[in-house]
Amino acid sequence: MMVTDDPKGKAVRDFLAESEEILDQMSRDILSLGDSADRDEFDPETVNSIFRSAHSLKGLAGMFGFVEIAELSHTLESLLDRLRLGKVPLESATLGVLSEAAEMLGLLIRSLESGGGAPSGLAGVLDRITACISSARREAVAVSPEDLGITDKILHSLTEYEDHRLRENIARGKSLYLFHAVYPLDTFDRELGGLLDFLKEIGEVISTLPSAEGGMESSIGFDILVGTGRGRDELDCLQGLEGVTVTALERSVPASGSPEVRAVTESAVQHAVERPAEADAPAVERPVSSSARSLSRTMRVDITKLDELMNIVGELILSHGTVAAISTRMRAQGFSGLAMELAKASKGMERKLAELQQRVMEVRMIPVGQLFERMSRIVRKICREQGKKIELRMSGADTELDKMIMEDIADPLMHIIRNSIDHGIEPPDERAERGKQEQGTIRLSAFQKGNHVVIEVEDDGRGIDHERILAKAVELGLVDTAEGITPKEALSLIFLPGFSTADQVSDVSGRGVGMDVVRNNISAVSGTVDIESVSGEGSRVIITLPITLAIIKALVVKSSNRCFAIPVTSVRETLSLEGVEIRTVERKRVIQLRESTLPLLALERFFALESSPEMSESPFAVVVGESDRRIGIVVDDLLGQQDLVIKSLGSIFKGVGGIAGAADLGDQSTILVLDVSGIVAEAMRGTA
Amino acid sequence: MKKILITEDSPTMRSLLVAAIEAMDGYRVIEASSGFDALRLLPRERVDLIITDINMPDINGLELISYVRDNPNYRSIPLFIISTEGSDRDRERGLSLGADEYLVKPFQPEQLQRLIRDYIG
Repeated sequence: MMVTDDPKGKAVRDFLAESEEILDQMSRDILSLGDSADRDEFDPETVNSIFRSAHSLKGLAGMFGFVEIAELSHTLESLLDRLRLGKVPLESATLGVLSEAAEMLGLLIRSLESGGGAPSGLAGVLDRITACISSARREAVAVSPEDLGITDKILHSLTEYEDHRLRENIARGKSLYLFHAVYPLDTFDRELGGLLDFLKEIGEVISTLPSAEGGMESSIGFDILVGTGRGRDELDCLQGLEGVTVTALERSVPASGSPEVRAVTESAVQHAVERPAEADAPAVERPVSSSARSLSRTMRVDITKLDELMNIVGELILSHGTVAAISTRMRAQGFSGLAMELAKASKGMERKLAELQQRVMEVRMIPVGQLFERMSRIVRKICREQGKKIELRMSGADTELDKMIMEDIADPLMHIIRNSIDHGIEPPDERAERGKQEQGTIRLSAFQKGNHVVIEVEDDGRGIDHERILAKAVELGLVDTAEGITPKEALSLIFLPGFSTADQVSDVSGRGVGMDVVRNNISAVSGTVDIESVSGEGSRVIITLPITLAIIKALVVKSSNRCFAIPVTSVRETLSLEGVEIRTVERKRVIQLRESTLPLLALERFFALESSPEMSESPFAVVVGESDRRIGIVVDDLLGQQDLVIKSLGSIFKGVGGIAGAADLGDQSTILVLDVSGIVAEAMRGTA
Repeated sequence: MKKILITEDSPTMRSLLVAAIEAMDGYRVIEASSGFDALRLLPRERVDLIITDINMPDINGLELISYVRDNPNYRSIPLFIISTEGSDRDRERGLSLGADEYLVKPFQPEQLQRLIRDYIG
């Protein structure tokens, strides 16, 4: 059925848009379940969220009479209902079936959209889901929440799922707490939202029951039931919150199989399948299957553990540096034989350390295809909303990137793509007028370049009008005059805070988030972002990211008797300033570097350090930055290259510009690592 | 003009409900996209009928019913559940907590319209 031929066209379009959204959420959830490969400890809320997606889709498809979608989502919902209620264990095969079902739902929805025939293979998918439903059965959790002192009112408002989660928390030996919070009616959702976010971080929110506070119309109370592995003392910080009280429900020893837990597991059961709890058996139920071995060859590891491992590797590399230095000193002092042996051992150690570093790094790497997949769904959705025709071409999806970096650039990347769709690609009729194909193209590509991964977003839209940017920048007072600013420099102005040329905030890329936020987010992971554009032909945004964050090679420099580290990847060259003429142009000091002028920046001025010597006495400049956004950082001395383990300075220094973090030098001293792109940006604004 | 509060997180489903209700004369719909939304709207609007879904992300429909039936200001407002076929236990609970009617999606607009006339004329 063609959507446009349908008399209920608008309603069907709503259905398509919403089901695409639901499907997006479902695919994301399935993906994140897959990430948590150790599936005995998967996040129950994720499974419940997938259940809700299938449930909503079933209801919607039913209303419209889309029989196949309704049938598939109904069957899928049955499986998910059993999964979330713990009646069927989540195995890797099940996970595969879930992905397959989500894919089939996508095909069915798209076939409605395109008017093409129904895709084949539906029957097979249905069979495989049904097989999962009947393959393995778990026994229900044999515990009773009745004797915990939870009021009937709360117990009676629990859905079947919440009731199951309560039992599951008891069976797993979690501590249960009841929070009571009272808020003014007109602001409750914000304050309650904050409390719920915190509670979700420390445990599982099982139920949130609103209650009338003595019939007062101006306030509302909530009883929040929470299961957590944390002890009472860790919740005490909440006692100070206005209007919040905490009650521990019965037991507080969070150990599965402990006597207290057994006491509960042995008590009466409501409608769960009964199973006598054996004295020594853990209270957690096990799936009934012929072998206890897990089918999966992978396991889930908390990324912070990998961070710690990476830190240790980094520190080992530093210690190794100390050993190498000792061997050099020994040779200088005449112990040449021993020095030679030590140097040889140290070389061997260096090779193994490099290998160890490489291996630990590899564990953190995942293909960018996962990120691209997310983007493609967003593009489809926006296209439908805006009536644009866009083909998204992806290449280099198997390029690998550090998991943490990938997560951190997801939002900036999405913003850039949204910009392309919103401001870049013209509507089909406008494209036709310009003699372009009606369908626009966005090319998303990734490739490795040395120790960096480059991600490019290229569109064939209207490009960026640099004159308009310049006019806007002058109007906003971001630059004094448009004279002497090259098109390329004008383009880089869009990264300044407060810059936005969109005449009205659009639904897609607007909302006040500018390219400055994009740049900040990218430089927070030591990446850089650049933009190229030809008016009328399109633009290209280039994101350059380090492959991994933890260890960097840095140039250690000295300024005003203080040491700073500059990541080597940002250093273009170093210059001696001896005999070089320093001129002053528009109150900025510059030198001539080959064909171009290079602005100079004195570190002691930038950081307002005391005892600043005249610049002419500082004999070196470190050239940093990209192509025509380069500056020379003037320093007193170049101390050499070193591997550094970069560490965050924490939130206190969040507002301090120009610093990416701190690192240990190996001799117990600490050094600040410069945020080069931040410094270059500041310098370009002329504040330094 | 009688006011009907609809609590439903799916925008498409909401607009179908609105269309069914507004096809009749004399009713105005107030839309809540979540349980929290409904809690905020209830004291502001003197509603004559509440229609709610069960599976919702912040508070579920059962919790909303429990709140409404516990609150002297709203206790006597008729309340319908409209939910996709699901847990029998949840349907039983909804009715025992004080819901007046239970409709299963996909619902027939005529069926909903008839029930609305029955309860609030």
